[in-house]
Amino acid sequence: MDVKRRNFLKIAGLSAVAGLGASSAFTQLLKGNALASEEGAGGGETAAGHGAPEQGGHQEAETAFQYGMVIDIPKFAANKGLAEKCINACHYEHNVPDYGNPKDEIKWIWVDDYEHSFPDASQYKRNAGLNDLPVLLTCNHCANPPCVRACPTQATFKNDKGVVIMDFHRCIGCRFCMAACPYGARSFNWRNPREQYANGNYKFFKHGLNPNYPTRMRGVVEKCNFCPERLAVGKPPACVEATGDTKAMVFGNINDPNSEIAKVLNANFTIQRNSAAGTKPSVFYII
Amino acid sequence: MLEKALVGSNKYWAWIFFLLGVITIGGLFYLYQFNYGLGATGMSRDVSWGIYIAQFTFMVGVAAGGVMLVLPYYIHDFKAFGKITILGEFMAIAAVAMCIMFITADLGQPMRIMNVLLHPTPHSMLFWDMIVLNGYLFLNAICGWVILNSHNKGVHYPHWVKPFIYLSIPWAFSIHTVTAFLYCGLPGRHFWLTAILAPRFLASAFAAGPSLLVLIAMVLKRVANFDAGDKAFQKLGTIITYAALANFFFLGLEFFVAYYSRIPGHMHTLDYLFWGLDGHNNLVLPMRFSLTIGLIATTMLLFPQIKRNEGTFALSCAMLFLSLWIDKGVGMVLGGFVPNPFDRVTEYYPTVIEIGISLAVWAAGALILTILYKIAISVQAKEA
Amino acid sequence: MYDKGKVLTGLAIFVAIVTFPVWYDLVHAQHVPKLEKPTLSKKCVADIAYMRTSHMVLLDNWRNEVVREEKRKLIDVEGKPYAKSLQMGCMKCHPDRKKFCDECHTYASVDPFCWDCHFQPKKEAN
Repeated sequence: MDVKRRNFLKIAGLSAVAGLGASSAFTQLLKGNALASEEGAGGGETAAGHGAPEQGGHQEAETAFQYGMVIDIPKFAANKGLAEKCINACHYEHNVPDYGNPKDEIKWIWVDDYEHSFPDASQYKRNAGLNDLPVLLTCNHCANPPCVRACPTQATFKNDKGVVIMDFHRCIGCRFCMAACPYGARSFNWRNPREQYANGNYKFFKHGLNPNYPTRMRGVVEKCNFCPERLAVGKPPACVEATGDTKAMVFGNINDPNSEIAKVLNANFTIQRNSAAGTKPSVFYII
Repeated sequence: MLEKALVGSNKYWAWIFFLLGVITIGGLFYLYQFNYGLGATGMSRDVSWGIYIAQFTFMVGVAAGGVMLVLPYYIHDFKAFGKITILGEFMAIAAVAMCIMFITADLGQPMRIMNVLLHPTPHSMLFWDMIVLNGYLFLNAICGWVILNSHNKGVHYPHWVKPFIYLSIPWAFSIHTVTAFLYCGLPGRHFWLTAILAPRFLASAFAAGPSLLVLIAMVLKRVANFDAGDKAFQKLGTIITYAALANFFFLGLEFFVAYYSRIPGHMHTLDYLFWGLDGHNNLVLPMRFSLTIGLIATTMLLFPQIKRNEGTFALSCAMLFLSLWIDKGVGMVLGGFVPNPFDRVTEYYPTVIEIGISLAVWAAGALILTILYKIAISVQAKEA
Repeated sequence: MYDKGKVLTGLAIFVAIVTFPVWYDLVHAQHVPKLEKPTLSKKCVADIAYMRTSHMVLLDNWRNEVVREEKRKLIDVEGKPYAKSLQMGCMKCHPDRKKFCDECHTYASVDPFCWDCHFQPKKEAN
């Protein structure tokens, strides 16, 4: 059941017991929503001062905040090279190695065509141009992530901002998460990414290394983490920053109705990858 | 009792040293993989599990298969299994040991394996798999060893073992059920996402495990003067037949669901495995071969004359074992990965390193089995 | 005692092997490690005795707090803020891995895998 509906039923039930009647249940629900939004905008601590509504509300604290992203495919199609700019920004920022072969490949954000990005969407009599439309793909930071369920060491987990984080130090490299992810968002370090030539140059970092971010070691899984180190200092994720003023990517708390992303989601028809899997992806696409 | 494994004929020692040789070569391969990383295997981003996990899955089945002897002997008091039950328990020990080795070989950071215990995670099926596998190893080691030790001393086994024996029966079912849960609980991989996966695993396990045991017992009859008894062989033959029938029945159900519903995700893997998908047909020949010899073997086992003749019985068991090994030890895991969830196909070719390490694990399993069987047979020979 | 000679010889060999590290070190006496002191600041995030024995615990706790709990608040030492980070924190004052980390680690024969992923500022990253 959907969170809103569960909230509504809970409040409705409680109101009925208190003899408040259905109309007041609805006002309660509206109030609850307004509170939740203030909490989102104010960032946790201030909301506590308001006192959470007694009914409903706080049991869903873990989902109160959920970072998400809207990717505007037509804008990317109109801006040739923008997707590559995003990929390069991310992969340089996080020292993602480039092996130049599909077997060792590691990617945090990448492009595939519409047909293979949304294979579950109808292919029947589909517009011919649509199939070849490039789509920017990354980890969906699902609200209900199967990779987190699968991981035997909690090396991958959901943080309190709804981001699915990889803890590279704890990963044992069993790759159960890779089998569990329905989106192919996870890569494995099949070999040492810091292999060097005899002259000391790195083999797989052609554009040099970002000294402010570590690399990984062989034998661990990696993926997009929504740049927590940037968010912590008030910067958007590297890929979002790379889109500049194009608004091709919008990032924010999707559970805050006053956020820019919530407004974009409200105003546009968006789709998610393989939503039938029930994972609740937090990355949305405008087609 | 261990000292009984230290006396043997030249042939026995030749076999032991042969196995040690294979283990040493595989160990060197593993050293290379340990230093280079899992890129030394044929696995990739799309096919992120290969023959290690496939062999692991198959061996869990062989381990669980031991229960097909324990159950009739201890619950139904089926006396004819008196001599051979211990072989089933010891086979389970060797098979679980192989499972643990395959899992370890597959880890990117084997040094961190204890993280699974340091950060216990009940929502991960791999956590439960670790518990049930180690538990099963412990149960079989206790039951097998204590009972054999009592035999050795010529006394009845102590009563405190009974609960462990009874516990080991549902536990055997649990190990393969949890192993199936590793696969069938993953959204987005239609081939595995089937409630019938655990029963299918069990059916194939109860055919493959006893088939292997029949073959080993026949070898022991020739090389170790150990006769399990005709009645035991015939009963095993019956168990194998019914398990094999259930296995192929379940496989048929998968075909029906996929091709009658015509849901693309359900059909893709079966297309890839049996007909080829988008021109990729690496596994078509092995899978068709597996299905053919499996069905022939099962049909053969239905005829009492074939089952009673040692040669044809052995042949049908060998065919069935090979069939189930290809089906589960190759097709099951690869089938779930090679056609990926994005309608793309990435073929997988195991490397020499990977095959060498796998052979070494098989050899290590055979070594454990040989030593345990040597002890068991020496004890029983003394008794007779 | 039966086989007196064999037993004693065996025992002697055993003792020799077990004590090998001790007398090997006596012969090949190594210099006691001397750490390069930071020039930028005088006070560390924790007292020196604790840092000497338990810096790895501190780093592990920082790692958990930053990666897993999003507790990234800078540590304030006499008005100077430090990030909870090996690369972005510790290495600001102790920039030379060889003179600061390896000096002791080599002596104590420990081989932490920090540098498989992390960098020392400006040296390895180019």
